[in-house]
Amino acid sequence: MSTASVPLPNWISYGVLPLLNLAVAFFISGLVVWSIGENPFEALKLLIEGALGRGEAIGFTLFYTTSFIFTGLSVAVAFHAGLFNIGSEGQAYVGGLGAALVALALDHYVPWYVTMPFAVIGAALFGAGWAFIPAWLQAKRGSHVVITTIMFNFIAAGLMVYLLVNVFIVPGKMAPETRTFLPGGQLPKLDWLMALFGMKLGPAPFNVSFIIALVMSYLVWLLIWRSKLGYEMRTLGISPSAAAYAGIPYSRTVIIAMLISGGLAGMMALNPVMGASARLQVEFVAGAGFVGIAVSLMGRSHPLGIIFSALLFGILYQGGADLSFEMPNITREMIVVIQGLVILFAGALEYMFRPAMVRIYQQFAGQKSGGK
Amino acid sequence: MTPHPAIELAGIDKSFGAVHANKNINLTVAKGSIHGIIGENGAGKSTLMSILYGFYQADRGEIRIDGKAVTIRDSQTAIASGIGMVHQHFMLVENFTVLENVMLGAEGGQLLAKGVSGARKELKRLEAEYGLDVDPDAVIEELPVGKQQRVEILKALYRGAEILILDEPTGVLTPAEADHLFRILKVLRDQGKTILLITHKLREIMAITDEVSVMRRGEMVATRRTAETTVEELAELMVGRRVLLRVEKGEAQPGKVLLSVKNLTVKDGRGVTMVDNVSFDVREGEILGIAGVAGNGQSELLEAIAGIRKPTSGEILIDGQPVAGLDPAQLRQIGLAHIPEDRHHMGLVLKFEEYENSVLGYHREPRYGRGALLDLDAIRKDAEEKIAKYDIRPPNPRLKTANFSGGNQQKIVVAREIERDPKMLIIGQPTRGVDIGAIEFIHRRIIEMREAQKAVLLVSVELDEIRSLSDRIIVMFAGKVVGEETPDAGEQTLGLMMAGAV
Repeated sequence: MSTASVPLPNWISYGVLPLLNLAVAFFISGLVVWSIGENPFEALKLLIEGALGRGEAIGFTLFYTTSFIFTGLSVAVAFHAGLFNIGSEGQAYVGGLGAALVALALDHYVPWYVTMPFAVIGAALFGAGWAFIPAWLQAKRGSHVVITTIMFNFIAAGLMVYLLVNVFIVPGKMAPETRTFLPGGQLPKLDWLMALFGMKLGPAPFNVSFIIALVMSYLVWLLIWRSKLGYEMRTLGISPSAAAYAGIPYSRTVIIAMLISGGLAGMMALNPVMGASARLQVEFVAGAGFVGIAVSLMGRSHPLGIIFSALLFGILYQGGADLSFEMPNITREMIVVIQGLVILFAGALEYMFRPAMVRIYQQFAGQKSGGK
Repeated sequence: MTPHPAIELAGIDKSFGAVHANKNINLTVAKGSIHGIIGENGAGKSTLMSILYGFYQADRGEIRIDGKAVTIRDSQTAIASGIGMVHQHFMLVENFTVLENVMLGAEGGQLLAKGVSGARKELKRLEAEYGLDVDPDAVIEELPVGKQQRVEILKALYRGAEILILDEPTGVLTPAEADHLFRILKVLRDQGKTILLITHKLREIMAITDEVSVMRRGEMVATRRTAETTVEELAELMVGRRVLLRVEKGEAQPGKVLLSVKNLTVKDGRGVTMVDNVSFDVREGEILGIAGVAGNGQSELLEAIAGIRKPTSGEILIDGQPVAGLDPAQLRQIGLAHIPEDRHHMGLVLKFEEYENSVLGYHREPRYGRGALLDLDAIRKDAEEKIAKYDIRPPNPRLKTANFSGGNQQKIVVAREIERDPKMLIIGQPTRGVDIGAIEFIHRRIIEMREAQKAVLLVSVELDEIRSLSDRIIVMFAGKVVGEETPDAGEQTLGLMMAGAV
């Protein structure tokens, strides 16, 4: 009989098992590094130093973490309602348009803290708007949201390039990007936060979006586990027939869940667009939407888990970039392989060690009860 | 010299963590007999059979097949030892044919052709020998449940099973299908096969077994020759105390009509008419029973009344007001409670904790939270009260619902729907897969609803249940109401109506 139904205590499910998966991912990555003739321990040391060694490194790590928290939350919210939103990438891209329009409109007139709430709303509205059509098609026509959101990623990419090249481009410039926002349209860096820990941020773009991401994590937790809507979403996600029995409207719940998911993805744009480059550029999402799927999977769709797994992926991104710089043998592609291994072991092979763990745990628990 | 018994279990012991599922079990099953194993849900029957079939390994103890000690590591070794299992939930590939399913895992070589013709011949022989007629080229999903089960039996026989284990085989069958199954089992026995029948239905035990063993809380408490025992004795052995098998109730005092269904027609997604021009009334203070073989439109009728399924035409009136078109949430607000047929798919979200299920469908009521948020303290307190009142075990609102036994899961649903104090209650299969103790309890609650002058509509495929609870009985066949009877009508009369013969 399968061991999947045997309950394990939370500290094993959410502590020991993920760590074990991570350790195996690093072990295999070590073998890969070793096979190309580099010292895996040296590489690991460089990766960790590159991600956490100095204030600037930490700043970059947390900058990436911020983006991944947003997209991870986006995927998780849809997932709780039984929807697999692959479109966070495109929703974040279009969300950037919302943030940029607010910044461009207001940066001449008001300070950043006035712009910020409007930018948050703008980014969320545009991200949600981009999720609406797939949501509506799923709810009313049964078109699978996985397919439609993938398609909408491509449409978003095309649309944004068109807008940047033909509409927003600064006359006389070659780069397909908007003008640089004034300070009134930028989100300030969190150097004071780093200073509290005696560290210097340097040029790292770690900014106020991080705090917005933490607030959103709390709000998502409140939504999923404490609100009536979250209860309905979870019911629908686990058992559509029980939801129908309980009178939970399918279409409405699907559409709302996707709008929230798209909104969270859209907010991701605040971080790179207003917090780092201070302008809207092509391809600024850079795969963060897809990483969000891995982050959500690894974080068990729980905001706290998402924060930790976003941090892990932030470390891999920043440390990996540093590592490929220090060890030219380890190319950028190699780093992607290592990230892939982490996703494979932490996400896709989630249940690999579970049966063994269940047996060990049962023996242990059996001994304890036998000793009474 | 007497031949070796087909199965001997000696001192089987199995624990899961702190749960001691099987305690020192001894069992001897004679060759060529039908041996019943009976016990409430959670008594350890399924664990014991899983050990015999190699899903679990016993912590201690010995298994002897035909007098030889064997170690059954997995289902392969079980099959090699001549043990075949027919699961409660069929293990068939729905879009394969009967022949393909029977061959699955025993194809005999890399190329199919030779195996197919061999299997077809063998299947013909088995069918002829045991009267298991099934078209070998029929696709599984198009067969009725009873025939699907026959395919499961054929699968086991094809693999050379001498011992057949059937786990709750009649749970999904109509009375007629169950009778047919019993005839097949008797033929199998007469041909020398040994049959282990796991069930919690006493009637089946009395009807076809030669011997019966009773399990309670992980222990084998007694083995009797079926001819020398009674239903009352077995029930008492199972539950550990005397149980009331008949429901006591007073005279009905029906009041005004509360629920009225007029010329209701319901078509399913494929456009097939499931409910055909059905009309009836349910009054305050009465229980109207709907009898019928499963799949004759009762499920669709219930879903239409509960607002889950849109009727194609006709009217549903509550207190004289038309309600067709309202959704289940709105119907709950006007006092319609619904205990659904299938608690696993409708009544409960099995992955939820108990307290979360205790408000399913009522979670938007102000007492469970104001504004957008739920008041978890209020919900848990409410769940605890229901747990105490309905004796739901274990009494832990934070336990995952899937970890409750069938009877306790059903009590969670019953408590939720009845404690709301509705005006009307519609119930589908209130005691399917529920142990005797809980059946008694749930029947009591349903009668209490009647005595509190509520209107109750009861759908059940258990004719005994319909007859003992209802004040009036209507019979459905092929989507139509074929007649109305009183509970005093004979089983024969009702049976004929259910078969569409009247």
